[in-house]
Amino acid sequence: MNNIIVYCETNGNSVAEVSLELLTKARSLSGQLKVQVEAVIIGNDLKGLEDQLYAHGASIVHKAEDSRLEFYQTLPHTSIVVEIFRKEEPQICLFGATPVGRDLAPRIASSLKCGLTADCTSLEIGDHYEKKTDTTFKDLLYQIRPAFGGNIVATIINPGTRPQLATVREGVMKREETNPVVKGKIKNWNVSEIAKKDDFVIEIIERQIEEKRVNIKGSQIIVAGGYGVGSKENFNLLFQLADVLGAEVGGTRAAVDAGYIDHDRQIGQTGVTVRPKLYIACGISGQIQHRAGMMESSMIISINTDASAPINSIADYVIVGNFSEIVPKMIKYYKKNSK
Amino acid sequence: MKALKIIVLAKQVPDTRNVGKDAMKADGTVNRAALEAIFNPEDLNALEQALRIKDMVPGSTVTLLTMGPGRAAEVIREGMYRGADNGYLLTDRKFAGSDTLATSYAIATAVSKMEYDIVVAGRQAIDGDTAQVGPQAAEKLGIPQVTYVEEVEKVDAKGLVIKRRLDNGMERVKAPLPVLITVHSSAPDCRPRIAKNVMKFKHARTLTELQDATEDYSQMINNRPYLKINEWSVADIGADEEALGLSGSPTKVKKIENVVFKANEAMVIQANDKEIESLIVELIENHTIG
Repeated sequence: MNNIIVYCETNGNSVAEVSLELLTKARSLSGQLKVQVEAVIIGNDLKGLEDQLYAHGASIVHKAEDSRLEFYQTLPHTSIVVEIFRKEEPQICLFGATPVGRDLAPRIASSLKCGLTADCTSLEIGDHYEKKTDTTFKDLLYQIRPAFGGNIVATIINPGTRPQLATVREGVMKREETNPVVKGKIKNWNVSEIAKKDDFVIEIIERQIEEKRVNIKGSQIIVAGGYGVGSKENFNLLFQLADVLGAEVGGTRAAVDAGYIDHDRQIGQTGVTVRPKLYIACGISGQIQHRAGMMESSMIISINTDASAPINSIADYVIVGNFSEIVPKMIKYYKKNSK
Repeated sequence: MKALKIIVLAKQVPDTRNVGKDAMKADGTVNRAALEAIFNPEDLNALEQALRIKDMVPGSTVTLLTMGPGRAAEVIREGMYRGADNGYLLTDRKFAGSDTLATSYAIATAVSKMEYDIVVAGRQAIDGDTAQVGPQAAEKLGIPQVTYVEEVEKVDAKGLVIKRRLDNGMERVKAPLPVLITVHSSAPDCRPRIAKNVMKFKHARTLTELQDATEDYSQMINNRPYLKINEWSVADIGADEEALGLSGSPTKVKKIENVVFKANEAMVIQANDKEIESLIVELIENHTIG
C-alpha cells in the first residue's frame, strides 16, 4: 500500500533503459519513505522481463499481457494503469518522459484528476508548509524541472492529490542494479476484464523503428560543436578528435538547424541530455537551452574565439582560439602522450 | 464526403527561444517584458495540418480556440490571416493560475459546446513544454488521441490515416472520428499569411477590444459578422469555477529558481602547443581520457 510504482516501457525483449533508471531512483526515494517499489509492465509476451525489474529494485511486478498489446496504445494502457493505480493506491508514480510516457501519463492524470509534472530532471522528498491553511504536508515528492525554455528551474508539488505523478527525462537518473537481487512477486492483471472494446479503436497499420545509430547519451566523452564550427566539413575535425578519444560527436540546435550535423546528435533542451565525464565544446556560445542539456558534465573544456562566451562561465578549462587550429593540436598531443 | 468541423487549439506564448542578452536582467533573472508574445510554434504546425484537411475535404471549417488574456486575440487574427475561418477566445480572470489539468478542463468544456470532428493541437507550448493539455483534453472529451503527429495522410468517412514521429522511428495509425491529434515540430511549417485574408480580417475584434473603439468603428464591425471574434467567459461555457484556476490545479509551484550564470573560475589555457600539450597530459594522467 502507498508504494512507489514505475510504469515500465519495453522495447522488443528488454525493459527500456529509462524505466530502469526510474526504478533505481524510485529505490532511493522508497528508502526515505520506507515503502516498496513496484513496476507495471504491459505487452504481449513479457516472459522473463520481471528479472530485469527485480534486479533494479521492484518487489512487485504488475503484469498485463494480451496479444492485442504487442505495441503501445494509449487507450488500453490508460485503462489498465488507471485500474492498477485505483486498486493499489500508490503514493508516487513515475513514467519516462518519452513519446509513450508523455502520451500516457497526462491521460491517466486527467482520468484520476491528479497532478502531473512533465519532464522532471530531479526528484526529492520533502515537506511543505502551506501558510493559508496552516498545514504541513509531510514527505511530498518534489518534482524539479526546467521551465520557460530552460531559463528557470521550478519545484512542483501535489499536496492534495494521490498518486503524485511525474514524467522524468531520459538519461538524467543513474541506473544501478541492486546487490544482492531480491526476487519479487508477479501480480497478473486480466486485460480483457479491464480494457473495453472501444479502447482498441485506433489501429496501428505500420511501424518502423530504427535502432538508434548513435548513442551520445551513453558516451563518456563528447566532442560537441556549435554554429561557430561553420560547416559540415569543419565538423569532420570534431569527428577525428572523437575518433582518437573514443568519444561521440554532438551538436547544438543551431548546428543541427544549419545542417552541419544530424538531428539525432542534438544536445540540449530539445535534444538529449548528457552528462559525460568530459565535454569538449567547440565553437559553442552556450545558450541556456544548450547548457541545460550538458551542464552536469563532470568536466567541460570550452574552445571558443570569444573569451566571454556564456559557456565559459560553466567550463573548467577555457581555450581562447579557433577550434580548427586547436583541435589538430589536441589530436597530435594525445597521440604523442597516450600509451 | 461530408464537410468536417476542425478545431485548432492555439496558445500565445512568450518567445523563450530567443532569450538574448537583453532578455536577461543584470541579476540573471528573466526579463519577461523583453520577450515577444508569439503564436506557439507547434500550434502553427497544427494549424497547417488543419488547413490541409480543409483542403482535402471541401467545405470544411477551421475554428481556432485559445485561452488567455485579451491580447491573445492576436493569435486568432494571425490564424485567420493564414486561412482559419473564425475563432474563440476563452478569457476570464477565473482561468488565471490554472495548471494543465484545470486548463484542459476549461478547453474541453469549451470544445464540447462546439461542433467538431477533429481537434488539432500543437504537441506542446514552448513556455511550459509539458505536452499535457492535448491528451488531458482528449480524456475529458472522452475521445481517442494521437500524439506526435507528423502528417495527416488521408481523410475519409471512416477516419484519418496519420503518420506519427517517434524518437527512433515512425508509426502509421488509422483513427476514427472524432479524434484529438497533437502535432510535432517535424510536421510541415504553416503556410504564410494570405494578403487577401489580411485585408479581410485585420479589423477582426473581440467585444473587449471594441470597448475603447469609436462608435463608427464598432458600427463597421457589427455590420460585418465575420469580423467578430467570439469571446467566452467561465459563465459562457458553464464551467465549474472550483475546477479552474488555483483551486482546480492539483500541482503547486513550491519554488522557482532562476538559472543564473554562475561565476565559475575556469582555467584559461593559451592556444599554444605547450599549454595544449600540458592539458592533454593532465587529462591522460587523471584518467579523464585515454
